Amino acid sequence: MSAATIELGGAASADAGRDVRPGLGRLTRVELRKMTDTRAGFWLLLGTGALVALVVLITCLTGDPPDKTFRELFSNGVQAASFLLPILGILLATSEWSQRTGLVTFALVPDRLRVMTAKLLAGLVLAGVALVLCLLVAAIGTIVSAPDVPNQWTLPIGFFGQLVFYTAVGMITGVAFGAAFLASAPAIVASFLLPIAFGALGEINALDKTFDWLDTGRTLTDLADHLASATEWGRVGTSLALWMLLPLAIGFWRIVRSEIR
Amino acid sequence: MIESQGLTKRLGGRVVVEDVSFRCEPGTVTGFLGPNGAGKTTTLRMLCGFSKPDAGHAQILGGDYRALPNPGRRVGILLDASAQHAGRRGREALAITADTIGVDPGRADQLLDIVGLDKEAAKKRVRQYSLGMRQRLGLANALIGQPEVLILDEPANGLDPQGMRWMRGLLRDFADRGGTVLLSSHLLGEVDAIADRLVIIGNGKIAAQGTRDELLSGTGTLVRSADDAALRTALDAGGIAVHPVEDGLIAEAEPAAVGRAALAGGVALTHLAPSEGAGLERLFFELTATAGQEAGA
Repeated sequence: MSAATIELGGAASADAGRDVRPGLGRLTRVELRKMTDTRAGFWLLLGTGALVALVVLITCLTGDPPDKTFRELFSNGVQAASFLLPILGILLATSEWSQRTGLVTFALVPDRLRVMTAKLLAGLVLAGVALVLCLLVAAIGTIVSAPDVPNQWTLPIGFFGQLVFYTAVGMITGVAFGAAFLASAPAIVASFLLPIAFGALGEINALDKTFDWLDTGRTLTDLADHLASATEWGRVGTSLALWMLLPLAIGFWRIVRSEIR
Repeated sequence: MIESQGLTKRLGGRVVVEDVSFRCEPGTVTGFLGPNGAGKTTTLRMLCGFSKPDAGHAQILGGDYRALPNPGRRVGILLDASAQHAGRRGREALAITADTIGVDPGRADQLLDIVGLDKEAAKKRVRQYSLGMRQRLGLANALIGQPEVLILDEPANGLDPQGMRWMRGLLRDFADRGGTVLLSSHLLGEVDAIADRLVIIGNGKIAAQGTRDELLSGTGTLVRSADDAALRTALDAGGIAVHPVEDGLIAEAEPAAVGRAALAGGVALTHLAPSEGAGLERLFFELTATAGQEAGA
């Protein structure tokens, strides 16, 4: 009995590790674990993988030969992954509120921005995993469909970089929306509907030019399609300031100020 | 050590906690007692850095809670047993805390054992837990970092009588090893049996605080007789104020004086002793009566 009770603390223990601030690497690992150890997280990850495989498979079955190059299959896979990855990002942020685990998380790590930084990093790791998966699936698709076109394996490093960026900002935008709403359902709905509604506004002729700079539906599509020009990167920057940085700033401000319940 | 200095909190224009000051010393269990809505949880939330006080400040182990580098290794907190991911397995919830604060993940199994959650319960998702099981899991979560301080909000909620007795023993041992325990409750009986000191809060303000004996001194004598009407007359004649309680009368005087008055009135007593529990209960109700009336209105 005494061995067990001493373990429980009470007396000041002499363990040197007890006043060591948990590192960002550790916190990121914990966030990844929290993302994968629940059914919702597990199925969402699995669903993302399945969607990537499905989209690449459909392209292989129905596409024309030029669509079946490694570059095109990889780009299609990334766009499919980027459909569900933001939801993972949203849940990373909102579960602390919707499941109220914030009462434990922020008791253990009172510096809330540190926790949010770890969540962003965990999101980027997941995005990286998704990219590796897309590379694998695209490679398999290219081998199997073996399109009769020249340079079927060519993937310019610049274009690859754009797709990495594309995946990363999708994930960060998810975390940003989750942080701004602090509730899963509204954040998910908003992350799908707001860009669509905004895009529809862009159909108005007078707004068309402006929206070339503000609508991520337009600017990010360029990134997934071809090597972007300097102007196109400028448009990516301004549109992401509106759709990623602004909700991220609102979210972090809310999280730092809000009462955790 | 826990110190609350003049903590004040306004929510929605209403003062919910006003100038609350108390100290909890190592080696003691402090019961934070008050009716629902008295401001207990708000005060505990300010102590743990979840809520910013509008005035005053809180100190845990001599500093701000949020300044502790790895608070999970110093302070065990259980503010709400239901605040766990419903889809996460019990053991996994503990393992995450162990991972975060850098203790051996194997401690999760030891703690589950200590709080009485068996292997089967450990594998269940928290959604399937009863409130009592969640309290046990929450207590395990608070203890996993071998803390020196425990802050527990209504930890006895949902525990059965055996569970409450087990928890009392656990917290007593923790304090006896030099730990500091602060636990809240709205039920006097829960804390009366375990707390060395009581802090009673009503309507956001401290109504009384001290050891059990300090609070009880001067709360009177519980007296019973075969004929309470005659006893009342006798005590009135002796100039001693009385209040009827369920099982007798509380006389506002020392037992010796009450005995003399009864003898003078020729009333045979069946019980004569310092009021103890009955007095504490009456004190609790008196001190928090206004809060109760507001809540009932």
